[in-house]
Amino acid sequence: MAEVTEGGNEKRSKSKQKKMAVRVDFTPMVDMNMLLITFFMLCTTMSKPQTMEISMPAKEDLTDDQKTKVKASEAVTLLLAGDDRIFYYDGQPNYEDYTSLKQTSYDADGLRAMLLQRNAAAVNQVRKLKKDKLDLKISEEEYKEKVSEIKGGKNTPTVIIKATDDASYKNLIDALDEMQICNIGKYVITDITEGDEFLIKNFDAKGNLPVEGAAQ
Amino acid sequence: MGRAKIKKKDTFIDMTAMSDVTVLLLTFFMLTSTFVKKEPVMVTTPASVSEIKIPETDILQILVDQNGKIFMSLDKQQDMRAVLEAVGNDYGITFTPAEIHKFMVAPTFGVAIGKMKQYLALPTDKQDEILKNEGIPCDSVDNQFKAWVRHAREANRDLRIAIKADHTTPYSVIKQVMSSLQDLRENRYNLITSLKTVEE
Repeated sequence: MAEVTEGGNEKRSKSKQKKMAVRVDFTPMVDMNMLLITFFMLCTTMSKPQTMEISMPAKEDLTDDQKTKVKASEAVTLLLAGDDRIFYYDGQPNYEDYTSLKQTSYDADGLRAMLLQRNAAAVNQVRKLKKDKLDLKISEEEYKEKVSEIKGGKNTPTVIIKATDDASYKNLIDALDEMQICNIGKYVITDITEGDEFLIKNFDAKGNLPVEGAAQ
Repeated sequence: MGRAKIKKKDTFIDMTAMSDVTVLLLTFFMLTSTFVKKEPVMVTTPASVSEIKIPETDILQILVDQNGKIFMSLDKQQDMRAVLEAVGNDYGITFTPAEIHKFMVAPTFGVAIGKMKQYLALPTDKQDEILKNEGIPCDSVDNQFKAWVRHAREANRDLRIAIKADHTTPYSVIKQVMSSLQDLRENRYNLITSLKTVEE
């Protein structure tokens, strides 16, 4: 290593001539390798894409009486409108009072704060479990089992996500994402009703629309 | 030794170690790489905190671009063949072995079945150009998308459906896709997202 000699250098001292033959110049090899590395780096996806699993209810299962089975006090309905706006109301919609519909945002202090507050009990339990898991008190399987138990437990809010046609796919994913962050196990994506659309319009009009507009 | 001689020595650097490193890196990249599939449209997936990785095989990927055009891809070539034949059968079109072969080697498909024969007759570079502006019809009048999904499911029972859509895609298109899937009783599927970290 220390003896760095150049092949074919005639000016070298005579005694070292024998050693010269064993040296191979690796520079072209390195060049080629670098090119190949560059090629592979550009042509590969290093990380596999993440996915989000959702299961939708079968169409025939979603009858009206099943929808109303959700207790009004535990249900939060999210309305995803265009221009990244998001509204929510608790329980049954109140068509007469436009302030029953509240506007929030996709930021951490908007929708997430609202959901975390409603789901505080479950969130705290999951946090504790997570800590236990980090401390190796419980195994991965136990953790998953317990989390799904908490998520499906009583007193956790049910979230109904309704997106208008103006909403983008990102809005939907963001909303679904919040469900995951806030450990909400019970959520459903359904089609928006005319009543809900009226609520948004009425909100924009500051309650000036006639209530009859909410064609049920 | 004189000063001048030392200077000359320095011009030669031993590349052996460097070569070792590059070969190692090369090996790493070669082993871990999965090649990017050529997609007819560029989509930017929205970010989510979900950390589930998508399996590599048995995937039916539904690609939705920002204008709502739908493309599909299957990872197994024999499935592609079965699906093309079955859908062609539905619409009364039979394909020649050459056409089937051409279909099988294509990474993504997404033209109306009526135009499929015409499309497959084109050379590959022309196909790429055209494919961008096509897409599988998925409206209530002629829902070919449903036929494709149904036959894909018949061809491979273990198929998982993954939807990859651009983040600006309007919800109305997604709704159309989702309700088509619901009609087929495909109630579990994956939404492909990119990773985002969340601050606690």
